[in-house]
Amino acid sequence: MPLEFLGNICVSFVLTLGDFVRFFMTILTGSLRGMDRFDLREMFSQMFDLGTLSIPVVMLTGFFIGAVLVIEAYPQFHALGLASRLGSVTVLSVVKQIGPVLTGVMLAGRVGGAMTAELGTMRVTEQIEALRSMAADPVRTLAVPRVLACVVMTPILTVFSDILGIFGGWLIAVHVQGINNDQFWHYARVGVDIYTINTGLIKALFFGLAIGVIACYKGFRCGNGAQGVGRACTEAFVTSFIVILMLNLVLALLLTNIYVMFWPNQAPIL
Amino acid sequence: MIPPTTDTSDQPIIRFADVHKRFGSLVVLDGMSLDIPADRTTVIIGPSGAGKSVLLKHIVGLLQPDRGNVYFHQQRINELSERQLEPIRKRIGFLFQMGALFDSMSVGENIAFPLRHQGIKSEKDIQQVIHEKLAVVGLSGSEKKMPGDLSGGQKKRVALARAIAMDPEVVLYDEPTTGLDPIRADVINELILKLKEELKVTGIVVTHDMASAFKVADQIVMLLNGKIIVQGTPEQIKTMENEDLRHFIEGRANAEDLKALHRL
Repeated sequence: MPLEFLGNICVSFVLTLGDFVRFFMTILTGSLRGMDRFDLREMFSQMFDLGTLSIPVVMLTGFFIGAVLVIEAYPQFHALGLASRLGSVTVLSVVKQIGPVLTGVMLAGRVGGAMTAELGTMRVTEQIEALRSMAADPVRTLAVPRVLACVVMTPILTVFSDILGIFGGWLIAVHVQGINNDQFWHYARVGVDIYTINTGLIKALFFGLAIGVIACYKGFRCGNGAQGVGRACTEAFVTSFIVILMLNLVLALLLTNIYVMFWPNQAPIL
Repeated sequence: MIPPTTDTSDQPIIRFADVHKRFGSLVVLDGMSLDIPADRTTVIIGPSGAGKSVLLKHIVGLLQPDRGNVYFHQQRINELSERQLEPIRKRIGFLFQMGALFDSMSVGENIAFPLRHQGIKSEKDIQQVIHEKLAVVGLSGSEKKMPGDLSGGQKKRVALARAIAMDPEVVLYDEPTTGLDPIRADVINELILKLKEELKVTGIVVTHDMASAFKVADQIVMLLNGKIIVQGTPEQIKTMENEDLRHFIEGRANAEDLKALHRL
């Protein structure tokens, strides 16, 4: 019955959403309750694993996308006689969009998957139950340090991605397409203010939160056996990927409107 | 004349009252009632999948009954929140079937985990406990090893060391001797007896190993189809005439189980 099928989908969607919101609330209250030194140690070790070790890959992807952006945009700007303004376009795109989104997606794949696999395996091998049996709250000892590590490290990684993205764009613009170096940086400065940079970092903060919470949720609710863990990892990646893109849209609208509200005389540079 | 003493050991330390538990359409516990006496060892036997591990998990509130109640020292523990369960969990050690060691931590850190988490002992005392408990399970000197480098039997012994690290008053053993050679298995049996005799630990042992069951038990119960079907001292159990019990103790398959084989 198609109607029954549709009903089942709706019911399970609402149930999952409710369960997810409850899980999110326990993480939130857990974060507010503070951490003991073991939770802190766990957080720093996670920050190293998911943050520091991700720097090379985030920089590499940032560099290539920044470079490709200029290669693709140059002919059209050149045709309009605006090639000298590429600096503004490059830096703006990288800082507002490409940096945070690319970092978020890379982390969702590299870190989200690994985190879900680790927590899922812990669940399947009864380690999470063992924690509970020893009067330790698994959300507080496992999920809170991981989510906070994601929230802290995603904006920091975004900075690295931004820097290399701009460098990649600059390298192609100035050294391949022959745009004047001073002009490139002049327009870069004109196009980008502190608010724009913060826009990207605020986005990254929310992306980090989404990656951490989704990965932990999928790990904690993972099905049985190796198959369950594998499925949870795939779901964690796909869900965080979609959520990152959705959040990107919502935050772009929101932050642009806030800009217009506070600085009505300056048109936002989208 | 000896003056009468108030003997509290008659009060069961753990009580199951008409406990029902199902997972989806699978009924695991079906109105099960059981009293666990204090300071003694109760062995729960029964075929795989009979719900023995499920029963253990109800004692520390890892699972909640669908219907019926579970009591610890007359306190009803189902329907307690995770936070309210914490003081009870601190008094109970749980040896999981597969060990459930934290594989990101070394053997020493695993044993130290419950102690550090409680934050009541100094680091020096914790090292002392790690050393002592590892000696008890015959794994001295393996503090630095990671669980991944241990054999199945060794993991189980480390898990046992972790379960008794807090000197609990109740220890739940989920198949403590499975996967161990007969000599190691007997060491574990002796350990269970020693914990009971010297530290007055109440033990609840889930096992298939009848030699172990007869050695450590003060009381043996058999769980079948979600209910306790027989209950008695090891001597009583040895002579009971219940057919399911006899099949299980003697390790004989019944005619129905063999029917499929004959078709081959």
